[in-house]
Amino acid sequence: MSKPVIATASLAGCFGCHMSLLDIDDRILKLVELVEFNKSPIDDIKTFTKPVDIGLIEGGCCNSENVEVLRSFRKNCKVLVSVGECAIMGGLPAMRNGIPIKECLEEAYLNSPTVAPEDRMIPDDEDIPIILDRVYPLHEIVKIDHFLPGCPPSADLIWEALTALVEGRPLNLTYDMIKYD
Amino acid sequence: MKNDKGILHGRPKDPSALLDIIRDVQGRHGHVPEEAVSGIAAHLGLSKAEVRGAVTFYHFFSLEPRGRSTVYLNDSITSRMKGRAAVAKAFEQEAGCRFGEVSPDGSIGLFPTSCIGMNDQEPSAIIDGVVFTQLTPLKVGHLVRALRAGKPAQVLVDKYRDGANQSDLVRSMVANNIRRRGPVLFGPHEPGAAVRKAVAMTPEAVIEEIKRANLLGRGGAGFPTGLKWDFCRREKNPPHYVVCNADEGEPGTFKDRVILTELSRLVFEGMAVAGYAVGAEEGVLYLRAEYDYLRPLLESVLDGLRRENLLGKSIAGSRFDFDISIKLGGGAYICGEESALLESAQGKRGEPRNRPPFPVQIGYLGQPTTVNNVETLCAAAKIIIHGASWFNSMGSANSSGTKLFSISGDCERPGVYELEFGLTVRELLDIVGAKDAFAVQIGGPSGAMISRRDFGRRVAFEDLPTGGSIMIFGPWRDLFEIIDNFMEFFIEESCGWCTPCRVGNILLKEKLEKIMTGRGTRQDLADLENWGKMIKAMSRCGLGQTSPNPILTSLQNFPELYEAAVSKSRDVLPTFDLAEATLEAARLANRRPALEEVAHE
Repeated sequence: MSKPVIATASLAGCFGCHMSLLDIDDRILKLVELVEFNKSPIDDIKTFTKPVDIGLIEGGCCNSENVEVLRSFRKNCKVLVSVGECAIMGGLPAMRNGIPIKECLEEAYLNSPTVAPEDRMIPDDEDIPIILDRVYPLHEIVKIDHFLPGCPPSADLIWEALTALVEGRPLNLTYDMIKYD
Repeated sequence: MKNDKGILHGRPKDPSALLDIIRDVQGRHGHVPEEAVSGIAAHLGLSKAEVRGAVTFYHFFSLEPRGRSTVYLNDSITSRMKGRAAVAKAFEQEAGCRFGEVSPDGSIGLFPTSCIGMNDQEPSAIIDGVVFTQLTPLKVGHLVRALRAGKPAQVLVDKYRDGANQSDLVRSMVANNIRRRGPVLFGPHEPGAAVRKAVAMTPEAVIEEIKRANLLGRGGAGFPTGLKWDFCRREKNPPHYVVCNADEGEPGTFKDRVILTELSRLVFEGMAVAGYAVGAEEGVLYLRAEYDYLRPLLESVLDGLRRENLLGKSIAGSRFDFDISIKLGGGAYICGEESALLESAQGKRGEPRNRPPFPVQIGYLGQPTTVNNVETLCAAAKIIIHGASWFNSMGSANSSGTKLFSISGDCERPGVYELEFGLTVRELLDIVGAKDAFAVQIGGPSGAMISRRDFGRRVAFEDLPTGGSIMIFGPWRDLFEIIDNFMEFFIEESCGWCTPCRVGNILLKEKLEKIMTGRGTRQDLADLENWGKMIKAMSRCGLGQTSPNPILTSLQNFPELYEAAVSKSRDVLPTFDLAEATLEAARLANRRPALEEVAHE
């Protein structure tokens, strides 16, 4: 039987969850034996080349490109997992959700003291993704099958969840994996 | 702020007076200005944050001006059913501002408020402390113009209604609507009989009589009153206190308002009997701010009782001393919960306490306290006069006596009914003229919404318990709108302490509205149920423990309603719309909004 295929992406996140995934130490050698990676920043495969079993996504959706990537993950992955606070609730980027998008853009591109007077404009290039009115958690846009909480979720939690999914067994959540203070 | 020196002058530097001082400042200035916050904090030795915290906790206090005249329009579901929308629109047009705002000329402030206990005469509002019932858009126009012209609200009450509502001390257009008088509350009563008889007994014998009568708390929780008094009496460290819970805030209940209007003597006698039983010398009536208009009447009744030596020193020739004072709330449903009530009576935010210790151990001012509902105390007084067997001869097996019901909604005769416990819902509906009822809310939003399948069940603690609020809905009503209103109520009234209650109820409401707008799925129904159970299990007071009930009981009793509203074919229907989410940013950058990709990969 061929190995389960994994894909990962970081949307409006900080790559901290990916770093946490890499933080599994020597288990990374087991991981390579256990699964095959497809579209992911870890192997730098840019587009899906085959159907994927498990998609891991960190970060919420803050712009149109995030939405597009998320939807392509939903289309190509059998199981989709929200990894970390930003994917589940929007996280730090969602701090802007209480501020109208107009004020955000004006502060960033027009009124900020670091913007040179001649550069004062809101970027209008059609190739740039358009920012959304607020940051959305993933499950408001597509169906999400599992949620791994934490900022970031610990390496042990990610490892346990991933191996449980691959082996088709229930998750064994010990207290220290989900204790955050 | 020279004037506020006057308010503070001569007041004891006692933090428990905080709410009284805030009320006076609010009354004088229409809000509590920042200088007053500092002044009060310095006077009482509190931090400014504590003063602000108390001001912002209650509906009727505010840090921002609320207008020279302030309108609090009831937002209960019955009010909506009786035409609130048109009345609210008339207020907004006439005042020139929206609800939640003050008119540009500063003359009129418009604010929504939770149920004010007038469900049988909606739409109703409290304007500058005066209750206006059965409002119509026409009346609203007249009212606002007169208020703006500087007329006091009391002058605009055009008709005084029945009973003590027309006494000089009340002068109110509130109607009692007493439809059925029963033997316990409305039976003949010789003033003073309960107190005189009690003080001739031993306190233990009084408690024993109440225990034998199997009197259960009438506020809704149904705790045995005799047992509560016994626990309180057994606590060794005096002084003990009696607190009467006159903070009925459950939407749809208004029976305590009628008791306080017509039977306040009996209430106070019941408090004296309780005081004698538990060994207290002081009693406190905690009156909800919405019923402040009854305070002059209640104070006058207290004076009368003192003159008759039924309160004060050596009551009825005995060695028992007892007196009663009135403490006012500030508008907060949560203060009906007894430990939150005690916090509020001590001048603080009405946040529930951890229990244990229970109020009978550590209650008012940290002392042993029995907190009893208005109706419970009346029944206790009558039991002392007529005996436990008399009381037990009425009602059902486990619910002795009668119950006062507050009936509202789609029925011919809304109002107050004293009926024996144990009658079926169908019998009750026949009595009040609601033969075509489709859904009945038993015990208010925190109770249960039942369907015709359950109309044969009995209203009693052993089957369908209730504090007395019964709201009736005809088949033409949109049940989702009702459930949504109830959830809005709990969100508004949550004290915010427990996250499951503070956050969870908002998530439940959003999920409900997703279903209402046709974007729900079976998964959403499962989420409602799971989240509801979690909120109930994880909240520490009765509010959070019952707040998901509108959704959970309607899911159980009206499954077809939800089934018809959700998609059968899909397991997720996201509410997200990419074009809409990018509309504003695209406009600002002079670009086209992102379009939903038609065929990607």
